[in-house]
Amino acid sequence: MLVNRKLILAHFWLAFAVFGIALTLGAWQMFIRSPIGTWLSNPELYYRSLTAHGTVMGYVFPTLVAMGFGYAISESALEQRLVGVRWAWAGFWLIVVGAIMAMVPIALGRASVLYTFYPPLIGNVFYYLGVVLVVVGSWIWVALMSVNLRVWRKAHPGAPVPLAMFANVAGSYLWAWTAVGAALELLLQIIPVAAGLKATIDAGLARVFFSWTLHAIVYFWLMPTYIAYYTIVPRAIGGRIYSDSMARISFILFLVVAMPIGMHHTFADPQVGAGFKFIHSAFTALVALPTLLTVFTICASVEIAARLRGGRGMFGWIGALPWDNPMMLALAFSFVMLGFGGAGGLINMSYQLDASIHNTQWITGHFHLIFGGAIVIMYFAIAYDLWPHLTGRELIDIRLIRTQLWLWFIGMIVTTFPWHWVGILGMPRRMAYFDFGDPAIAPQALSVTLSAIGGFILLASGIMFIVILARGMRAPQVDAGPYRFALAVHQPTTVPVALNTHALWVALMIALTLTNYGYPILNLALSEGTSVPAVYVGAQ
Amino acid sequence: MSTRELFTLTNRHFKTSVGITAAIFVVTAIAGFIVLPFAQPWVQFANVWDAICSAAGVPQRAASVTAPEQSKRMSEVVLTSNTLSRPSQEAIGRGATLAQRCAICHGPTGVSRADSPNLAGQYAAVIYKELHDFRTGARTNAVMSPFAVNLTDQEIADLSNYYAYLPRLPAYHPTPQLPKPNIVIYGAPMRGIAPCGACHGSLDNKTGSPWLEGQSEAYMKAQLQAFASGERRNDISQQMRNIARAMTPQEIEQAAAYYASQPPDVVKAVD
Repeated sequence: MLVNRKLILAHFWLAFAVFGIALTLGAWQMFIRSPIGTWLSNPELYYRSLTAHGTVMGYVFPTLVAMGFGYAISESALEQRLVGVRWAWAGFWLIVVGAIMAMVPIALGRASVLYTFYPPLIGNVFYYLGVVLVVVGSWIWVALMSVNLRVWRKAHPGAPVPLAMFANVAGSYLWAWTAVGAALELLLQIIPVAAGLKATIDAGLARVFFSWTLHAIVYFWLMPTYIAYYTIVPRAIGGRIYSDSMARISFILFLVVAMPIGMHHTFADPQVGAGFKFIHSAFTALVALPTLLTVFTICASVEIAARLRGGRGMFGWIGALPWDNPMMLALAFSFVMLGFGGAGGLINMSYQLDASIHNTQWITGHFHLIFGGAIVIMYFAIAYDLWPHLTGRELIDIRLIRTQLWLWFIGMIVTTFPWHWVGILGMPRRMAYFDFGDPAIAPQALSVTLSAIGGFILLASGIMFIVILARGMRAPQVDAGPYRFALAVHQPTTVPVALNTHALWVALMIALTLTNYGYPILNLALSEGTSVPAVYVGAQ
Repeated sequence: MSTRELFTLTNRHFKTSVGITAAIFVVTAIAGFIVLPFAQPWVQFANVWDAICSAAGVPQRAASVTAPEQSKRMSEVVLTSNTLSRPSQEAIGRGATLAQRCAICHGPTGVSRADSPNLAGQYAAVIYKELHDFRTGARTNAVMSPFAVNLTDQEIADLSNYYAYLPRLPAYHPTPQLPKPNIVIYGAPMRGIAPCGACHGSLDNKTGSPWLEGQSEAYMKAQLQAFASGERRNDISQQMRNIARAMTPQEIEQAAAYYASQPPDVVKAVD
């Protein structure tokens, strides 16, 4: 029962519009620092573009997708009208205002600090205020998800919360808590300096705060994708979820272990003790657990679909899968990219192995493969699946959809594999220029060129995606029926309270944050002489 | 079913999840704070507490290490992007009077005929820093040092504001404009050299860096060589010394000749 379709469509359209802009900037960046582009003589333009690309892709785009999808889940999984529609619109407009407020200083070259802020670099205060507005807008969504679930619980005392909504609320709580780190960094550290109230900044402490956000935010991006794995894919390909409990356990594990692991981003930072780095490294290893559970459960669910379609044998069932179904295709691509990206991630989280790839192009390759690849391709799938229910019109370009998914997959592999490779060769990240005429890096020119070509394939695929959705707004009308989620093989009739509520897992998440971040933050906050002069971007 | 039943030790989900989480934390903490520190044979700890403090990152003052003695004076000037911004008319006037004594080398209009730097329209922070460094001895010059040694803080600020206030005039080095050499537009990334304009005004200005257009070729060449040899050492964190050391003699000549041939009006203005 999708009632507030306009609200959901507004979120999706804004998300995909800004995605299109940021994707174009990304392709341009790949081109301009590759051997096929001529060196643009002002590196500041590159960092300006990079800041815009990162800010949109990191904060605005996935947040809007999670919000739009979250509202759709709340209405269709709970089968109740969204409570607090006005608040939802308020949240949406806050994001619009915030995104514009942040983009203006970036476009003017006043905030080329990259989306990870990098203190002691300080940009224009409106950039940071814009980001804060985006986060505040998304917190309204968090509150609404919680309120809607509460309303539903009152009407259905003791009933198992539908899996999609259970996972959706888990994702919203994860976001609420992980955004606190960046919010503390912005409010306590960066904004006072950007507003001119202070001239020094504790860059080390700011980085620790940001690491609080920086890794769990990835799992927030991942949540819609995992929800789609569990609750859309099996239904779309005619199967069932292998285990409802396994799904719930995966989501609560993300809640618990996604948070206290961010310091693997600060392995090379001197201000964090080695003991804490080790603990964070160990917890990062644990976060592979929910992903492995998911891969197992989804493969089993897919196998159910294949056997229902007459698949036989140990592996023979794979051929019986509906490979012409875009959802099947997206899932397979997503899993392949998740597999490679996850394997790379195991290297990043290892204290010793990280040293060889830290701050190299390997890292950018890694997170583009995971986020841009495994996660975003499922965002496409979600949009394709929801679109007829939102617009009341059929998506007729199935062949085009398949081409688009193929192109995205090929483009992402062509972009990120050479990217990883040059990272191993030692090419640093965040560089506006490489002199490929120098014999030391001339052999990397081919890999970087391939990467840039991959970037253009991705751009083509992104344009196709937007065209398909836009054409879907004008297609013949059709009654798509109510939006449904996949059912489990054994649909739960009762669920233990621990797997039907989030309180215990939120409590564990906060407790682990205190144990894993408490001392490092207090130590830096209370130590004298840890601040450095701010470096103002664009200042004279 | 309510969460009240959940948060009790009788609930096995509560017991198990909290127990496993706590156990993982304790095991990793023991490994990270006790086992691994002692597994490093090259580090000596007095006791377990010492190892734990080290792994936790408790700041420790190294006992016996003393800072190496500085044989020469270092620059002590602190510049921020707000240094000397928005001067009063009186300050500029006082600076004009004081500048009479500078005119013999730097020219009555702030444009030199004597291979000294042109000061008209130079960033105030630059003049402020150099005069301070001449006064403290962080930078030395047989002619400039005696002039600077008796200046007060106020006089230095006034002079800086006065020269920054003067209009930028075309210099007396009107060689035909040269094509941009690579070292100026690209720098040399593989040798860690940023494009000159990234700090010196034509792309961006970093506080304390002068603009160079139309300055004396001989002067700029001499300064780059002085940075390269370490004779001049008042640049912050060796920024210019590192660059000049990595430049080839040809690049030094190209950069100096190029900048000398440029008109000064392309430089970014101060806010």
